[in-house]
Amino acid sequence: MEVETPTHEQNREFADVDINNGSASGASDEEEVPAPGSVTNLDQESDLFVSAMTPSEVHRRISASNLEEVLTDDGDYFIQIAVSDPQKVGDGMSSYLAYKVTTKTNIPKFKRTEFSTLRRFSDFLGIHDLLVNKYMRMGRIIPPAPSKNIIGSTKVKMSPQQSEPGTPINQEWIEIRRAALERFVHRTAQHPVLRVDMDFVNFLESDQELPRAVNTSALSGAGVIRLFNKVGETVNKITYKMDENDPWFDDKITEVENLDANLQKLSTALKSLVSSRRELSALTGLVAKSAAMLSTCEEHTGLSRALSNLADVEEKIELLRSEQANSDFYILAEFVKDYLGLFGAIKCIFHERVKAFQNWQYAQMQLSKRRENRGRFELANRADKLDQAQQEVEEWQGKVQRCQQQFDDISAEIKREMERFEISRVKDFKANIIKYIEVQMAHQQQIISYWEAFAPFAREIV
Amino acid sequence: MMDGTDESNILNSPLANNGGTMEISSPNPLAPTTTTTNGSGTATSPDSSSSAPATPAALGENALHVEISDALSEKEKVKFTVHTRTTLPGFAKKDNNVVRQHEEFVWLHDRIEENEDYAGYIIPPCPPRPDFDASREKLQRLGEGEGNMTKEEFKKMKSELEAEYLATFKKTVAMHEVFLRRLASHPVFRIDNHLKVFLEYDQDLCAKPRKKMAIFGGFVKSLGKTTDEILLSATVRDVNDFFENELQFLTEYHGHLREAASRTEKMTQRHKDVGDSHQKISNALTQLSTTEKGNVETFVAKAAEIFERIKNLETRVASDQDLKLGDTLRYYQRDSDAAKALLIRRLRCLAAYETANRNLEKARSKNKDVHAAETAQAEACEKFESMSACGKEELIGFRNRRVAAFKKSLVELAELEIKHAKNQYDYLRQSLLALKEIA
Repeated sequence: MEVETPTHEQNREFADVDINNGSASGASDEEEVPAPGSVTNLDQESDLFVSAMTPSEVHRRISASNLEEVLTDDGDYFIQIAVSDPQKVGDGMSSYLAYKVTTKTNIPKFKRTEFSTLRRFSDFLGIHDLLVNKYMRMGRIIPPAPSKNIIGSTKVKMSPQQSEPGTPINQEWIEIRRAALERFVHRTAQHPVLRVDMDFVNFLESDQELPRAVNTSALSGAGVIRLFNKVGETVNKITYKMDENDPWFDDKITEVENLDANLQKLSTALKSLVSSRRELSALTGLVAKSAAMLSTCEEHTGLSRALSNLADVEEKIELLRSEQANSDFYILAEFVKDYLGLFGAIKCIFHERVKAFQNWQYAQMQLSKRRENRGRFELANRADKLDQAQQEVEEWQGKVQRCQQQFDDISAEIKREMERFEISRVKDFKANIIKYIEVQMAHQQQIISYWEAFAPFAREIV
Repeated sequence: MMDGTDESNILNSPLANNGGTMEISSPNPLAPTTTTTNGSGTATSPDSSSSAPATPAALGENALHVEISDALSEKEKVKFTVHTRTTLPGFAKKDNNVVRQHEEFVWLHDRIEENEDYAGYIIPPCPPRPDFDASREKLQRLGEGEGNMTKEEFKKMKSELEAEYLATFKKTVAMHEVFLRRLASHPVFRIDNHLKVFLEYDQDLCAKPRKKMAIFGGFVKSLGKTTDEILLSATVRDVNDFFENELQFLTEYHGHLREAASRTEKMTQRHKDVGDSHQKISNALTQLSTTEKGNVETFVAKAAEIFERIKNLETRVASDQDLKLGDTLRYYQRDSDAAKALLIRRLRCLAAYETANRNLEKARSKNKDVHAAETAQAEACEKFESMSACGKEELIGFRNRRVAAFKKSLVELAELEIKHAKNQYDYLRQSLLALKEIA
């Protein structure tokens, strides 16, 4: 009984406190972006968000800057980023690979429309971590950064300096990383809020070297601590059962988990295709060599010539198979892998929401306790303690308010992010499948041309 | 169900086909041209399934028509039904049907090979032993993994493996048939007594225990052969450049063929694996489509269909490569080995001839047993010279056969590759349009 009254009061109080068309202050708590020349025309408030949600939701509030940008998501703004030309900088253990990051854009936040700068791998990890720290708690999906490759990067450090400092380096994993970095930056730039984040803009634009993101190195102390935190969180995830008001979230996370499972299967199948295709390429090369040996040995001139041409064809096909393996890899396999990573990021934001809920519940608990205290002091007529108790009640009331606001905000943000994610997931998938098929078509045409060139030599054997 | 206990029956001759046949050798140029011995010897590309006439109108004189009309796969062995129609005088009946197993083919080959009268001929290589181990293993593994896949997937894999088994089966039938036909179309072998026995004697030709002996004996024999080669080529200088060159050429060529055949097999095997990966991808996409809705579901399902189709196309390319290139290389690897054997026999004969010459000289110098030595020398000389003449013809025939077979295979290989690539291109183009419409 006693418990119920405070909650009832709570509701009433909330209704009173109805935050309404205030400034962007509530949201900017989370945004923390200094925004010197801040997003100019996007400051208006509009409570446009029509409720498709359950009546038990008390408030939804959209921060202004989000809304406008979401609405203009596919508008006239474009941004295109390329990551290229990996080059070794420096020597020995302190050396590293630098990549050229070239941007083309008409987004007004940037100072120029075309520009480039040099960034190293840890810079990319750094900007990723920055964005996560800023936005994940608000429920935004931050595209995961490519993983580290300690062995590969050490090899680069240890390899002798090239004749000219500008020579490109030919190691396969570097190309894989370069492509992954490009996809990472591209995805991040598709996000309407992230793309205009000051740090991200700086990352793309600024000529200056960025402060070493030391905490991102695999073996750093901070890294180890983060690992521990993650473990703790995982345990938390498993044990805490949230009192879910909105079935949308449970349904959605189940959807994501199903998608994850299915894509895992697809990923395995794709990996097997890539490796079979690469082996096929090598074996074709061996057949080419054998055909060449037969050709030199063969005494019949016509047959010898045909066999020599067969060797040529098989050699060309060897290269083609290798190309096919690359398209299998980059267009399909890596793409699916990226999405498996994104599912991880999504699970994180759902978890952030649970944490927000926990905070809210915790605050509510504290508020009840304080009210109880106050009640007790009132009853006992302890005027001295009453003041303080009253203060505490007010303090926690404020906290409860803010916590609920945060919870509502993140819930709304997640819904928006998921909608955006769903659209771009489907678009990406369709685009990649179509691209893959187009590439395969080109390969088949090449095959036709190789064999058509060979056929006359076979026919001419007398 | 191919679980090893059942029997599978192949009724059609391997020539009425849909892609499983292989035509390996063109008719022997030395064969008499009158008869219908090799009506099906001409190549039929797997897609123009022209079946050989089952009953040619009338047999001419001295005709010998052999075919494997039926075959049964039973646990460990294959039973071939050999059907012979003949007007040769030595045969009791015009029409004969006998059941033979692989070991009996080996028996026939060995009898012909050891016949000294045939020393100057290339002995048609024995067909390889039927080997279903790989297929059987795969079917077994499929059975074990049944729980891990959907009913659809299981059905697909099962029918695929059964088709593979069937293809292996058809191939072994064809190889045994080619062997017999080569004998039947050879002017000398076709009237060989052992061949007659093989074709008409309706009892088993060899008891089981001999199998073991035969294998062991074969091993020892082949060992002996190699040392012979080394010995002979070291001590006997050939009087004739032609044969010297041929031996050198064949030794080298045989080695290259063997390597090429093995590499081609690995390549086509891996190509099949690439095809299988596409099936796995298709299955995963099908599963993915079940969690999607609306036109996304349609799109993903169509993508699944496309990958399955690509799998079929790639598998066809792989098996046609195996058929046209692989089989040709393998067959001529064996045939060149047989040609080499002929040259070795001739060198032995030359050594005997030279020994006879030396004996004659010795006899003349001692003036003792001159007449005997003269006769021996004359015999050795005649033997050697007839073997040389015969051998030369055989080798020229071999070369022509080889060149013609390779030409045919290469031409057909190119045609098939182009055809398959065009098919895949067209299919992809259509699918692309369909996908874009859904998108």
